[in-house]
Amino acid sequence: MAAQARVSQSQSGLSWLSRVGNNQALLGLLFILPSLIGFIVFFAIPAIRSIFISFTQWNLLSDAKYIGLDNYKTLIADARFWNALKVTVLYVLWNIPIQTVLAIAIAVLMEKVANSAMLRGILILPWLMPNVVVALLFVWLLDPTLGLINIFLQAIGVGKQGFFGDPNQAVASIAAVNIWRHMGYTAILIFAGLKTIPQSLYEAARVDGATAARQFWSITLPLLRPILAFVLITSVVGSFQIFDTIAVATEGGPAGASRTIIYYIYEQVFERRINMGVATAASAVLFLILVSVTAIQTFYFRAGQSDLADYS
Amino acid sequence: MAVVSQGKLKTDLQNEGRLADWGRYVTWALIGLMLFITLFPFYWVLRTALTDPTSIFAHADELLPHNATLFNFQRVLGMVDPASVVGQKASNLSAGTLNFWIYLRNSFLVSGIIMFGQTLFSSMAAYAFARLKFPFRDKIFFAYLCGLLVPGIVLFIPNFVLIRQLGWIGTIQGIVAPSFLMTPFSVFFMRQFFLSLSKDLEEAALLDGSTLFGVFWRISLPLMRGPMLTLGLLTFIGAWNEYLWPFLVGRDENVRVLTVALNVFKSQTPQGTPDWAGLMAGTVVSIVPTILLFMFFGRRIVDSIQFSGFK
Repeated sequence: MAAQARVSQSQSGLSWLSRVGNNQALLGLLFILPSLIGFIVFFAIPAIRSIFISFTQWNLLSDAKYIGLDNYKTLIADARFWNALKVTVLYVLWNIPIQTVLAIAIAVLMEKVANSAMLRGILILPWLMPNVVVALLFVWLLDPTLGLINIFLQAIGVGKQGFFGDPNQAVASIAAVNIWRHMGYTAILIFAGLKTIPQSLYEAARVDGATAARQFWSITLPLLRPILAFVLITSVVGSFQIFDTIAVATEGGPAGASRTIIYYIYEQVFERRINMGVATAASAVLFLILVSVTAIQTFYFRAGQSDLADYS
Repeated sequence: MAVVSQGKLKTDLQNEGRLADWGRYVTWALIGLMLFITLFPFYWVLRTALTDPTSIFAHADELLPHNATLFNFQRVLGMVDPASVVGQKASNLSAGTLNFWIYLRNSFLVSGIIMFGQTLFSSMAAYAFARLKFPFRDKIFFAYLCGLLVPGIVLFIPNFVLIRQLGWIGTIQGIVAPSFLMTPFSVFFMRQFFLSLSKDLEEAALLDGSTLFGVFWRISLPLMRGPMLTLGLLTFIGAWNEYLWPFLVGRDENVRVLTVALNVFKSQTPQGTPDWAGLMAGTVVSIVPTILLFMFFGRRIVDSIQFSGFK
C-alpha cells in the first residue's frame, strides 16, 4: 500500500495529491492535525499536569517533590482559602440574580416595542469592552473624592460612599460593574429566546382573558427555560471565575474582602512564596465546584429539553 | 354566550388600546434609561480624556471637558516628551513611559495572529468533524467538548510552566501559543455551521469528479465565508480583551499589550492617585479598534450571540 503510494507519487505529483485529497480518513486526520496538536499540548496535557502538580511541593526553582495530599490539607486549614470561597459565592449571589432579572426585563421591553438591530448593538457594546477597561472606568466613576457618582450622591444628600474601598461594599461594587458589562449581552440572548415563542399562544391567552402578568408567568417564563438554562449555566461558570475586575479595582482588598478563588490562586503563584502545588490544588477544587454547580443546574432546568416540543 | 364574550372582548381591547399607549411611553422611557446607563460611561471616558489634567480635581463635576485639549492623547501616544512637562502639571501626571504605539502594535500583533491561526485551523477541524469519516472522530470531538468545561485558571498554571520551560516568557509567541491552533469553542462554533450546510452541492461536485479536498476548497469554504468572518471577529475581540494570560507571560514593555499596559499605567503616578486624564486617553486608544469593528460588523456580532445561545 505504502509502496504503491510511493510509485504513484513518483509517476505524478498530482495523482499523489488527489490520492490524499480523496481519502476521507487521511484528509480528515490531516485537517484536524493542527487543532489536535493544540488541544493535546495546551488543553489535555496541562489539565492532567495540573492534577500532578497539585500533589507536589514546587516553587518553580527547584525540582518538584511529591507530598501526597498535603496541599489539599493546607487549603482546608487555610482561613484565607475559606474566606475566598465565601467571597466568591457572595459575589455570584450579587451578580447573577440581579443581572438575569434585569436582562429578562430588558429583553421583554425590547420585544414589546422595538425590533431594532441598532438598539441591540448598543446594548452589547459594554460586553465587547475589555474587563480591564470596564473596571478602570468604574474605578474612576466611583472614585471616593472625584468620582462623578459620588459627587452626585453627595449632591442629592445620600453622602459619599467608599464602594471599592469599603470592605462591606467592595464585592457588591464589583458585581455592579459586571452586571453593567453583561446585562445587555444576556438580554440579547434572552431576546432571541423570546422570538421563538409562537405569538398564537399569547393570542389564545388573551382570548381567555389572561393578564399581561399572567401571560409572562405562564407562557413566557416556562418557554424561555432552555435559553435561561444556557444563560444561567454559562454566566454562573463565568461569574465563579471573576478575576480581571478585581485585579484592577481592588487587588483583593480591602483586607481580603474581595479576594475570590482565582485571586487567591493568583496570589499563590505570583505574590506570596511561589507555591504551584497549593495553586493547582485550589484550581482543582474550583473545577469540582464548577462541575457540581453545572450538573445541578442542568438537572434542575432539564436543560436539553424544550416545552415547545410538546406544543408543536 | 358567544355574543356576551365577544362584547366583553371588544371593551377589553379598547381598554387595552389605551393601556397599551400608556405602557408604550413607559417602555420607551425605560429603554431610554437603559441606553443612558449603557452609553454614559463611554461619554465620561471621552470627557475625562479631553480634560486638561490640571483641571481634573477642581472641575470634577463639570459635564463638559474643562479647557478641552488633546494634550492627554499626545502624551499617551508619546508625542509630548514627559520630561518637558514641568511644574504644577507634572505632579499628577504618570511617570511611566507612555508609548501606547508599542502597546497598540503588540495588541494588533497578538490578536491578529490568534485570529488568523485559530479561525483557519478550527475551521479545518470543524469541516473534518462535520463531513469526513476518520478513525476516532467522535471520540476526539467528545474530548474537545470536555475541554470546553475546564476553567481557564486550571490550564493557565501548567501552560505558564510550559511556556517558561520553552523560554518563551516575554515573547509574542508565548502570548499567542495556547490559542493559536484552536479553542474548543471555535471548533464547535464552525462545526455547527458546516453541519447546517446542505450536502447537495458537495455531492454534485464529487459526482463531477472533484476530489474531497477540491470540494472543501472550492465549495464548502467559500460558502463558509460569513461564519468564518464572524468567528474571526469574535476571536480578534476576545484576544484583544484578554488580560490574565498576557499579564502572566508578557509583562515586558516590548511585548506588553494594551490591557496589561493600562493596569500598569494606573499604578505609575508619583502621588498615588492615578493620572486619570492620561489613563482615560489610553482607554480611548485601546477601545477605538473594537468600536470601529463594531460599527462595521455590529449586526454580525449580534447575530452570532443569538446563534451561540441556541446551539
